[in-house]
Order: sequence, then structure tokens, then C-alpha cells
Amino acid sequence: MRYAMAVDTKKCVGCSDCVVACQTENNVPIGFCRDWVVEVMDGSYPQLEIELRSERCNHCSNAPCVRCCPTGASHIVEGGIVLVKPTRCIGCGACIASCPYDARYPHPKGYVDKCTFCIHRVKQGMKPACVAVCPTKCMYFGDLDDPNSDVSVILKKRKSKTLIPEAGTQPQLYFLI
Amino acid sequence: MNEELIISGRENLMVDPQLHIWHWPIPLYLFLGGLAAGVLFFAALYYLLGKEDEYRAAVRRVPFIAPIALVLGLAALFYDLNHKAFFWQLYTTIRIQSPMSWGAWTLLVITTVSVIWCALHIREFFPKWDWKYSWLKDIEAFFNKYKKPLAWVMLIFAIITGVYTGILLSAFNARPLWNTSVLGPLFLASGLSAGAAAIVLSSKDKKERLLFTKIDLIILGTELFLIVHMFMGFLASTQVQIEAALLFLGGPYTMVFWIFVVVLGIIIPGILDLMELRGKHIPALIPGVLVLMGSFAFRFVFVFAGQVSRWLY
Repeated sequence: MRYAMAVDTKKCVGCSDCVVACQTENNVPIGFCRDWVVEVMDGSYPQLEIELRSERCNHCSNAPCVRCCPTGASHIVEGGIVLVKPTRCIGCGACIASCPYDARYPHPKGYVDKCTFCIHRVKQGMKPACVAVCPTKCMYFGDLDDPNSDVSVILKKRKSKTLIPEAGTQPQLYFLI
Repeated sequence: MNEELIISGRENLMVDPQLHIWHWPIPLYLFLGGLAAGVLFFAALYYLLGKEDEYRAAVRRVPFIAPIALVLGLAALFYDLNHKAFFWQLYTTIRIQSPMSWGAWTLLVITTVSVIWCALHIREFFPKWDWKYSWLKDIEAFFNKYKKPLAWVMLIFAIITGVYTGILLSAFNARPLWNTSVLGPLFLASGLSAGAAAIVLSSKDKKERLLFTKIDLIILGTELFLIVHMFMGFLASTQVQIEAALLFLGGPYTMVFWIFVVVLGIIIPGILDLMELRGKHIPALIPGVLVLMGSFAFRFVFVFAGQVSRWLY
């Protein structure tokens, strides 16, 4: 099993619903976020190209945050989801410094917090909150090992990219271009 | 025009707009750890070479800096943790791939060894010292008997401590400025030069001062070579590394790096060391303090600039 997510940069309108849905679903402390929307603008009107990306933890197969964690608080569970166990985390910040995507942050309670791919929902057969709430349905989630999952199907049909694959992290968050 | 914006407004504390997860305690610890490593390395080395009586300050007196520096450094590290109550989780596991994990264990060993070493030489400062309890005397006798193996352990762990502070940073692929293997030897060299400077500052013996001035000069030269080597590596690498190097070559850290680390911390004390060796009388205080300050500034500049450097996407 290998969970992954694909975000359609052509369908995303940058409404940030995914961000609010995540904050509500996961009780993210005020002033923090586990996902965010990036707008890349090339050129100027009328010659203009805009790419919108809903970003979050890439749940890397070769996760530097898990590698550098001194206590094993950062770990990978079945399906490749990268999680933090608060009672093992000492809050040293090594994982935060090691993430090329800056996807982690220190929770006000001290431990490090991040996107969980809404594992609590996924276990019950639901989609992550950000995927479920997207008004343009631009996000796809599922198991890459299952050829019929939403994410497998869309990745076969469309061209996609990942963010800085040259960092060697083997990210599992795909952007349809 | 190319513009990249986080339009949902990410303002995660200590991560945005620029990573600043590690503050002053980290470079302070890196300096104190490097200094302790340097001091203990020379103490063990000259003890094992049988020069204990010749280089009294280096073997017997200056090592007293080490446990103090290490304990202060550990306190700084502890202060920087965000989830302090769980710090003991460090000592429930060894994770080979995490330099911080084996570094934590190394610190445990080197701190203990440095305390034992100082206990064996306590009579340098308190000639009438008495351990009072017989079991303490037994422990002293035990380590006096096995002082040579103890010195070997100290030598090896001093090197590991010196190198690991650099490897700790170089293991972060996400921060291109840190992600160079030169950082290990560079931090070791910086720690050793701080150790040699501490010995020159403390020693009253002319011969010992001259020897460590010579050692200091060689290490400062090595450091300068490694710094040049590091920039050559960066500039011949990818855009990501080039931009990391540019932080020091015209970017915001240019002045502080070249003035405080290179000129005041390496070149000027190097010249003063050379003048001293040529027979000119230079007060030991000046090059010694400059080297210590340079070593200190080096850690600060590197920890802060490293957090600014990033991948481009």
C-alpha cells in the first residue's frame, strides 16, 4: 500500500478551503497551518501564466525528517504516511530543519506537528478533509498500488510533476500540469 | 516577472517567512562543544605521548574548561528544546542515521570522561584535596590505574564530538549551505584551534606556549584552506549551492563572515602567531581571544545563514 495525493493545478482556484478544512478537522492551533496554497505567476497581464498548488507534507518515501529524528518520534506507518508521536518528540527541531518543503511546525504544546493525510479519516474509508471539501474537486487521493484508485487513474491520464524530486526525497504529492 | 506567493497566508511560527527554528543556544552549544573537544583532544594526546610533565597546562589544567563548557552547552541545548519534559526519550534509543542521536550519546560519554579526567587532576588546583570517602578513593585509584585506556577513550570521543557538530548540520539536505561534507572537518578544525588558543591563554610555560602557538597556526591555515575549498565546491555545484555561497559573497552574511570569522578570527591571529614564532613579543591574550571569538562567530554565522539557504522551486 502506498498512499499518495494528486492536485490538479489547472482546476485549483486558490480558494484555500482545503486549508480551513484541515484546520477545523485536525484542530490545528490558531496561527498555524498544515497545508497552504502557493500561487506562481509568470509574466504580466495579458501574457500571463498562473499555477496554483495546494501544498502539504509530501509523505516522502525517503523522508529526511524520519532519518534525522533522534528519538524515532517521526516515523512512517503503513501506506507510507509520515507521522509524529508527540510523547516521543523532544521538540529539537531537527525534522523541521531537514524538510525541504517546510511542511512541519512546532506545535504550541512543544512537539512537532504536520499533515497526517487525515489518517483517522482514511482508516474509516473516507478521504482526507482537504480532498473531501475541495469545491472544484481538484484533489485526488488513494493507494498507488491499487490501479483503480482515484489517484492511480488520474496519474495515468495526466502529466504530473513532484516538487524538487532532485532533493532525493521521493515525494508522494503529485501536481497535475 | 516570476512571482511565488503563499496566497493562503502561511505564518507558522519559527518556520515563516524564513526558517528560524534554531536560535542562539544552538551555535553557543556548538562553540562550547567544539572548545571542549579541542581541549580534551590535546590533553589526551600529550598524555599519551608521555609529555604530561612537559605540557602541564594542556594535560592537567586546561581540561577543567571542558566539563564546565559541556554542562553549559548541554543546558543551552536543553533550553532550546520545545518539548523539554520528554528529553529523556533521547536516551531510550540509538538511531544511527540521526547524527543528533549518536551525538547525544557521545556527549554523555565525553562529559563523564572529562569529569573523571578533572577529578584525577584536582590536586593541581587544590593540593590538599581529600576525597573523604573510601569508595571515592577506590574510584580514583581505579582510574589512575587505567589512565591510559581512559586517555584513549577521551582522544577518540573528543574527535567524534568535534566532528559530529559539523556532521549534524551537514546531514540536512534541505539546507544547501550546511549540506557539504567539508563541514565536519571544518568544525573539528575550528574546535581544535579554539582548544589550542585556550591552552596558549592559560599556560605560563614559554615552551608550551610556543608549541601550541605553532599548532594553532597550522590549524588556522587548515581552516582557511577548508573554507576556500568549501566555496570552490559550492560555486562549482548547482544553482542551489551557488545561491547558498552567495549569502557570503555579496549576500546578507558577507560582512559578518569575512570580517569576524575570516579576518579577525583566522588571518590576524594567524599573522600574530607567525610574528610570535619569529621572535617578536606578542601578548598571548590578543591572538587567543581573537581565535576564540572567531570560532564563536563561525558557529553563529553558519547556523543562522544555513537556515536562510533553501532549495529553489
